[in-house]
Amino acid sequence: MTAQTALPPARRRAPRWLPGLLLVSPSIVAIAVFVYGMLGWNFKVALSDQHDEITPGKFVGLENFVNLWDETRWGISVRHAIVFTLVFVGGALVLGWFLAFLMEKGLKGEGGFRAVYLFPMAISFIATGVVWRWLMNSATGERAVGLNALFGMFGLDFLQWQWFRDQDWGMAAMAIPAIWQMSGYVMALFLAGFRGVPEELREAARVDGCNEWQVYRYVVFAFLRPVTLSAMIILGHISLKVFDLIVSVSGKQIITDVPAIFMWTAVYDSHDPAKGATIAAYIVLSVAIFVVPYLIWNARREKRQ
Amino acid sequence: MTTIAKAPPTAAPPRTPATRPRDRAPIWRAVRVAVLLVFVVIFLIPVYVLLVTSFKPLSEADPSQAWNLPQVWTTEAWQVAWEKLAPGVWNSVLLAVPGSILSAMLGSMNGFVLSKWRFPGADVVFTLFLFGMFIPYQGVMIPLVQLMVGLNDLTGTQWFYGAIPGLTLAHVVYGIPICTLIFRNYYVTIPDELIEASRVDGAGMLRTYWSVVLPVSGPAFAVVIIWQFTSLWNDFLFAVFLTGPQSWPTTVMLNNIAGAQTVPYSQQMAAAILASVPTMIIYVLLGRFFMRGLMAGALKG
Repeated sequence: MTAQTALPPARRRAPRWLPGLLLVSPSIVAIAVFVYGMLGWNFKVALSDQHDEITPGKFVGLENFVNLWDETRWGISVRHAIVFTLVFVGGALVLGWFLAFLMEKGLKGEGGFRAVYLFPMAISFIATGVVWRWLMNSATGERAVGLNALFGMFGLDFLQWQWFRDQDWGMAAMAIPAIWQMSGYVMALFLAGFRGVPEELREAARVDGCNEWQVYRYVVFAFLRPVTLSAMIILGHISLKVFDLIVSVSGKQIITDVPAIFMWTAVYDSHDPAKGATIAAYIVLSVAIFVVPYLIWNARREKRQ
Repeated sequence: MTTIAKAPPTAAPPRTPATRPRDRAPIWRAVRVAVLLVFVVIFLIPVYVLLVTSFKPLSEADPSQAWNLPQVWTTEAWQVAWEKLAPGVWNSVLLAVPGSILSAMLGSMNGFVLSKWRFPGADVVFTLFLFGMFIPYQGVMIPLVQLMVGLNDLTGTQWFYGAIPGLTLAHVVYGIPICTLIFRNYYVTIPDELIEASRVDGAGMLRTYWSVVLPVSGPAFAVVIIWQFTSLWNDFLFAVFLTGPQSWPTTVMLNNIAGAQTVPYSQQMAAAILASVPTMIIYVLLGRFFMRGLMAGALKG
């Protein structure tokens, strides 16, 4: 801006930044159309009564958003998403933090450990689901396979349970493969966080008479807060839209229904675009509620630095 | 026990700077390694199951032998799985290779402009891009399907809905945010003086990009191509909404194979391994770059 005003008024050239804007403009248009335009379009469908694929819908306000709560299945899928999110985000955070904590001071073969904990990230949820469906097979006793059979072999039969077919805690079992897949990532984030704490600060705390635990308590953990927040945001938004893993482990069964699966069946089995769009809108809103403030916070933080 | 616990905390460790904390307690160190090893075993359980089951003949499908090594090793299941999966693998290659290269090119140009050739409002544009990284794609799926169907009708072709080019387009567009982010964070480290010097020499934007920025972009290209290749290869959601039987990529094929109750476990497991081979090879050979992409996903490089 200042460069522009500094130019002599006689030579009215195009501003220097113009080619930059032109180069990015295809992407700006694409994001405007495909992200914001489509989100808006989806809300438009959600606010209409387009309950089949042929007749164009008309505006009905928030009717679909309200009616959805009358459906038993919606209540179930929301409850499932909450249980899954709590177990998955909590589990992956704790396990990832713990692994990083054990590794942060460095040890022989650290690269090897990291490689093992992280490799599940490179595999699709679909492939993961194939093996976890076998591991979490609900058969017990003689017919047990998977983890139930493993428990049986070690005389731990009391641990055998229905896994994801359990009426109450099935979604907690469903979170296990997700924790397996994502905790290595959380570990990597925390490890970078731990290593970002200046050694002088730790040393200063020790000189001030802190024991090793107090050094963690008052110095290191304070440094990890932004990392923890980032990890929670990432895990949370993965969790609320979880789809592939559940399709792969149990398909479309009600016992493990979540909003993303419900939306899929609303579109392809019930052929009800308005309902599908309403569910999708709820998923978007649930993510936006915490991601938008996070992005604004992040942008401000970057500006300050 | 209680007496130990009550040992006064003032029995302070020696403060010679040479003894870093890691040297103080060899027992604690051994415990750490032991716990980490236990987790290695736990993490590798699924891998053991995949490998062992995939080499078992049908006759060993009995639950009582579920955790045993195969008595007879056979690649029978692998052959059948490959036959079923192969068309999907080809579709995935056609999707992931051009898709990841296109994404990297777009990301590089955007990242360059948003870090080194900024226009007024560049920060706002960047933040608006970033939101695209976090949206649940369910929220755009219904209009996206309609748009792709519309594009098929408009062009009189079958390229968009139910075809690989349409799926690639979707992935490239929704990949713009993360690719832009990675390149931007990388280019921020290029000294401004270098860009300024190029400007003073009379080079325009494209010239500067081409001869100053692009030559040092290798690592960022590696990160982005690997990241996009992995996400395109592993994607299921877009594929299940946008493709049909002719254009199903590997993940959809795998899900169909594994979802059918009639397919024996050995074949399911072999198919799951086959579907993961490309990304695993990348992970093993180029894990370093894969890691950087992951860290970029947390916004701060």
